[in-house]
Amino acid sequence: MATDSRTRILERLKAQRIELSPAPVIPVRAFDWDAAETADRFQHMLESVRAEVHRVGDDWPRSLARALKVRRARNLRYGPEGPLGAELAAGWPTDGPQLLAQTQPIETLRDDLFDATDAGFTSCLAGIAETGSLVLWPSPAEPRLLSLVPPIHCVLIETHQIMSTLHALIAAKSWADAMPTNALLISGPSKSADIEQTLAYGVHGPKSLIVLLRHSPGTAESVHESY
Amino acid sequence: MRTEFRIRAARSLGRPRARGNIRRAMDGLIRKRIGAFPDTGELERLRDQGQAIRDHALNNLPELLEQLERQCAANGIHVHWAEDADEANASILAIIRRHNGHAVLKGKSMVSEEIGLNGFLAEHAIEPIETDLGELIIQLAQEHPSHIVAPAVHKDRREVAELFAQHFPDEPHGEDIEHLTALARRVMRARFRDTRIGLSGVNFAVAETGTLCLVENEGNGRMSTTAPDVHIAITGIEKVIARLEHLPPLLTLLIRSATGQPITTYVNMISGPRKPQELDGPREVHLVLLDNGRSRIHADPELRATLRCIRCGACMNHCPVYTRIGGHGYGTVYPGPIGAILEPQLQGLERQGELAQASTLCGACGDVCPVRIPIPQLLNRLRSEHARQKAAPGGSGAFVERAIWRTWASIHANPGRYRRGLWLVMRLRGLLGRWMGPWTRTRAAVRIAPRSLHELARQEGFHGD
Amino acid sequence: MSTPDSILFFGTCLIDLNRPEAGLAAMRLIEGTGIKVRFPGDQTCCGQPAYNAGYRDEARRVARLQLDVLAGTEPVVVPSASCAGMLRVHYPRLFEGSADAARAEQLAGRVVEFCDFLERIIDIALVDHGPPIRVAVHQSCSARREMAVADSATALLGRLTNVSLVEPDHAYECCGFGGTFAIKEPEISAAMANDKAAAVAATQAPLLVSQDCGCLINIGGTACKQGHRFQVMHIAEFLWERCAAPAALSQATSHESIQ
Repeated sequence: MATDSRTRILERLKAQRIELSPAPVIPVRAFDWDAAETADRFQHMLESVRAEVHRVGDDWPRSLARALKVRRARNLRYGPEGPLGAELAAGWPTDGPQLLAQTQPIETLRDDLFDATDAGFTSCLAGIAETGSLVLWPSPAEPRLLSLVPPIHCVLIETHQIMSTLHALIAAKSWADAMPTNALLISGPSKSADIEQTLAYGVHGPKSLIVLLRHSPGTAESVHESY
Repeated sequence: MRTEFRIRAARSLGRPRARGNIRRAMDGLIRKRIGAFPDTGELERLRDQGQAIRDHALNNLPELLEQLERQCAANGIHVHWAEDADEANASILAIIRRHNGHAVLKGKSMVSEEIGLNGFLAEHAIEPIETDLGELIIQLAQEHPSHIVAPAVHKDRREVAELFAQHFPDEPHGEDIEHLTALARRVMRARFRDTRIGLSGVNFAVAETGTLCLVENEGNGRMSTTAPDVHIAITGIEKVIARLEHLPPLLTLLIRSATGQPITTYVNMISGPRKPQELDGPREVHLVLLDNGRSRIHADPELRATLRCIRCGACMNHCPVYTRIGGHGYGTVYPGPIGAILEPQLQGLERQGELAQASTLCGACGDVCPVRIPIPQLLNRLRSEHARQKAAPGGSGAFVERAIWRTWASIHANPGRYRRGLWLVMRLRGLLGRWMGPWTRTRAAVRIAPRSLHELARQEGFHGD
Repeated sequence: MSTPDSILFFGTCLIDLNRPEAGLAAMRLIEGTGIKVRFPGDQTCCGQPAYNAGYRDEARRVARLQLDVLAGTEPVVVPSASCAGMLRVHYPRLFEGSADAARAEQLAGRVVEFCDFLERIIDIALVDHGPPIRVAVHQSCSARREMAVADSATALLGRLTNVSLVEPDHAYECCGFGGTFAIKEPEISAAMANDKAAAVAATQAPLLVSQDCGCLINIGGTACKQGHRFQVMHIAEFLWERCAAPAALSQATSHESIQ
């Protein structure tokens, strides 16, 4: 049956021959901000939607633990096999919130993740300065729900990872050649304006987004340690 | 003529509270959009790109749909084709039944409204769970969305608070928006955890990569597409675009036009179900491609522009008619200017032709459309199709209307007749009543001058040569 | 377009019937600058009412007459952005593919809205003799959007030294006239017109001016019924009254009523 509908729909669409045309080539939109401007813009845009941004150094796990304690988080779930998993665990203070390793499939973790996890930590692939966006490609080590279900989502990003626009990123990293099963842009904590067009934060996704911004060696100096 | 539309519109006009809510919201959205496009040069460049991308997609639609299907299949996404609402509903039901589903988490989807999915599922003992805050409000109130982006825009916080108090009596009462939002979070949480089937719409489907792109702010869309075992996406066949690099300008146009934000909290790009080593994500992803009249619209080179629409809602935000009567005044799934061109084409002019009359042709919609759909021009075209259809054998006739315009033309196409007519009207103006049909119900009668410009010009020596 | 020696004036049927003083004032203003004004006596209506109602054959019959009447090379000046838009934007569409297509295109290229003509084409010198006054301005939708000549009207009125302009709330919004819309959907039209009249009244300006007669009869007629105090006047008439008028011609039409 489905095949029949498919054939009929395509036949109707092909009935009037329209000259095939090449896909329009859209010039890549990008800004030539320097590293400091890029980081500042990124931070500003994130803060404008109530993300919490901390400029951090190599002791970032301690900074994160402090930020979580302020928010009374009892634990932090993370992917030990993720790119920053080892660094996080090594630098985690003994009096910090409990570290929970995310290694099980969701099927055996559902209740814990939904009801007993206060915060989730992930790395990210890149940042976008124009819109203040974190780009995540969830992986087996850092699965999708880690950045969605816990009420607090924490991310570490390095300044060199920040591009000016999404378009520049897609072009530079040739996304079209290999998309992951899920790619995400995250720009702030979850929010809604469905009642009276008034913004309220913390709807179904994380109520808080904590972004740790680490200065990458070799790029222009712009670190203002806030922790 | 007292038409169904006029009755519905009059009813909406008679609800001052909803009217006030809608007006305030639209004023806000207009301001936000202006703030989002500070550089008009950039806006126009983006609109050029948006139009070019969408036109290319429509001009290559069958090929792109085939490519999308191939890429989706390669990624492990099952593609279903549906000619109409019944077929789409049936395929969705079959998927749900196969997984013994009793409830479906729903991310926001106007196409699901178009096919009447909620009612259909309920009839088959499957609970549709609206998860978007606005959609939840509408579902509890047993209404339909009054706006394609902000479905509960006609309700204020007190109405929402009453509704929540009625449906969630165990939750603390409060009229504060933060409180209401937090309440929605609490009541939905367990549903996200426990429901095994999710359904969503699609903002853009990328043919070259087989990627479904969804934008949202609340996280309910990600929940509905990530937490369950099965994700069913439904979209109109027109939503396809050729390339991934076409996404950035369209996202910019869509999001800024719709809400004035630089970007939504989440842009979710789904290119397949969970891979074997992954720990979460749906095990099955399905894509239902719905025609439901779109291929008929596609066949007309002028009307095809209707299908460029990216559903930002800017046309309704800026429409003085929508602002007065809201989405419910239209009585269709898609309201406002885009609805006024889309619905008569989807449902037929005989059923929805009058919607094309529901516009002053002020041009505000066409002016803000991010993909430059010439909405006023298409309204005009549909009006002429409607007039022709009424006159055709088997049409409704509209004899009086046709006679009026034929008489009007025979006067105005003949200078002598026109001048004599004008002369006569002016001499009889004392006799012409103060009543001029519906016009004078709310206005003073139109003044008729004692002497026409033709007479005054001649008298003053202005001639044709 | 540079200052022409002569122009054709297309008066529009609404001005003919309702507000001929505005048409006459417009012609006098232009002629006062030394430009020869021709008023072809066989002109009737641009055809927009039928066109917008979906009756294209009827619109074409009427439009074809205007193609004949307005033939030539001079600019065609129209004291209505709406009718000017019909001639300039919609005639080419209406006659597309017909034997009259070239004529329609040629005419479209010559059409200029009245305020735009005075402001941009001939850069008219205006000396304001009137007393100080606050005036509310209503730019028609066609002036704002289709013809994009709203700035010209503002600039033109700005030349009047004793006039201060105010913009009503929601100025960008349509007044609800829309030709046959006011008859076909009277309830919605009335809701829009009521809001517009109230917004004008809220400015406390004693007078509302516009470049389009359709908006004026709608807003003025509504204001009268609602008991608002402001009067309405076409921009051409207003300019004439302020700058050149012998007292006899310049009576603001207080309200829309049959006298």
